[in-house]
Amino acid sequence: MSCTDNKTCTCTPAGSLPADGEASPGIEAGRRAFIKAGGAFATIALTPTVTLMAFGGGKANAAQESLDPKARWGLLIDVAKCGTGCSECVSACQKENGWQDTGHPETDAQWIRKVTVKNPKSGAVAELPVMCQHCDEPPCADVCPTGASFKRADGIVLVDKHLCIGCRYCMMACPYKARSFIHETLIDQKPYAPRGKGTVESCTMCVHRVDRGEIPACVESCNSTGGGAMMFGNLNDPQSDIAKRVAELTSTQLRPDLGVDPGVHYTYL
Amino acid sequence: MKQWIRQVLATALLAVALGAMAGISWPGMASAGEESTQVAAVPAPAIPEAKPGTECVRDPEFMRRNHMDMLKHKRDLTVHEGNRLPEFSLNECIACHAVKGDDGKNVTIADSRHFCRSCHDYAAVEVDCFQCHASRPEAGDTALQSSPHGMNVLALSEFLKGVQE
Ligand code: HEC
Ligand code: HEC
Ligand code: HEC
Repeated sequence: MSCTDNKTCTCTPAGSLPADGEASPGIEAGRRAFIKAGGAFATIALTPTVTLMAFGGGKANAAQESLDPKARWGLLIDVAKCGTGCSECVSACQKENGWQDTGHPETDAQWIRKVTVKNPKSGAVAELPVMCQHCDEPPCADVCPTGASFKRADGIVLVDKHLCIGCRYCMMACPYKARSFIHETLIDQKPYAPRGKGTVESCTMCVHRVDRGEIPACVESCNSTGGGAMMFGNLNDPQSDIAKRVAELTSTQLRPDLGVDPGVHYTYL
Repeated sequence: MKQWIRQVLATALLAVALGAMAGISWPGMASAGEESTQVAAVPAPAIPEAKPGTECVRDPEFMRRNHMDMLKHKRDLTVHEGNRLPEFSLNECIACHAVKGDDGKNVTIADSRHFCRSCHDYAAVEVDCFQCHASRPEAGDTALQSSPHGMNVLALSEFLKGVQE
């Protein structure tokens, strides 16, 4: 990923980032630039916070026999409530899925990260979690030569690691830098999150939990010990809390101009 | 040739062939398995016992021959269609077929006593599944939820249809 227009990039120095394992300042700069380019940042913190209910709208299919093809699972993140320096979502994801910082930021897996953005004019700073955006038109799936990158019928974008040959085209194609490649042999993985050397991975929206009717680990921890900024639910169900929120608030997606229609929405960004 | 002579000949031939192939004769097959192992006088794989008081998700006889197809089909069903029925889930096999090591902990695939290695080592099969998949249940894991033969006949025939595709 690169800055399409470097002149408009204004980024916070890397030193001001929360210590949760950023890839590199260069990557960081580009990432902030694209978030800024989304143009929605100016609205930050101008309005009082809206309370997002814990466990909002997660009526996932508990039958276990198959996914619900009519659903579109998504996330709504209230940036105004995302705590400065809080990384509960990141540690919950690490614990659930068994990835961690090993002190090699260039190659460590990162399923979710905290990103700090700054409005260069007003100086306003915000933090937000960024993970796989679960696009409706996922570029990763478009470029995958083996069909390993795909979108489930319920909108969750996954890597079928059984088909992944580790070519990493998807990592290049992803505008959100949401994917990681596993460089080292792993042992003692989590039974519900198999991971192995030579394959690409990213946030699965905790598909193993969603399939049994639970909500993703990051959302759960954000609502119990974090700022209560994350909501999970079915965007296609007009009765769900998340769909109602998205309908009544001005939310944005990251880089909506790309037309990939992410399933992750942000408010007060 | 008379029908019965043909049968006797065929049986004799089979016996000779079996003797010759004693090294790879399949132990534990049905009830005659033990006898043929003794005749062969070649060490048979020591297949560790599953969790006491349980039954396999299918006949052990069926599992010996078909586990790879069931696993691969279940794999696609789970990853692409969100099928989370416990039957034929790899995590379930691992939970019920866990083997305790000397330290009282369940052994990983690195240990030759691991259930999935018992036959594979013997038959020179190597699977890559455990580069990613946990080869032992997590401490306090509650993964095991299979009821034996939980799938009804219809579901099973659907499942097998999928396997053949
Ligand atoms: C609820 C417990 C349970 C589960 C789950 C289970 N098994 Fe079994 N399995 C058994 C039992 C009991 C036997 C009979 C032999 C024994 O007692 O060890 C057996 C036998 C087998 C055998 C034949 C072993 C031999 O002695 O020749 C194979 C192969 C096998 N299982 C594979 C699997 C696979 C693959 C899975 C996952 C799809 C699985 N099993 C799931 C309990 C289980
Ligand atoms: C490169 C990593 C990788 C390898 C190698 C791999 N898997 Fe998987 N497997 C996964 C991932 C990731 C999932 C999805 C887990 C989930 O969503 O719960 C999965 C899910 C499964 C499932 C469904 C979940 C379950 O526990 O039943 C089965 C069955 C399965 N794999 C079988 C296999 C078999 C058999 C092999 C070896 C031939 C294998 N896998 C090799 C990564 C891998
Ligand atoms: C009773 C003996 C036995 C046990 C126990 C056993 N296997 Fe197998 N397995 C075999 C044999 C024999 C083959 C090779 C069959 C062939 O060559 O067609 C095989 C093949 C496989 C394959 C296909 C390999 C390939 O290259 O296509 C997979 C996957 C597999 N086994 C998984 C497992 C797993 C997982 C376990 C443990 C839960 C297990 N097996 C336990 C005997 C066994």
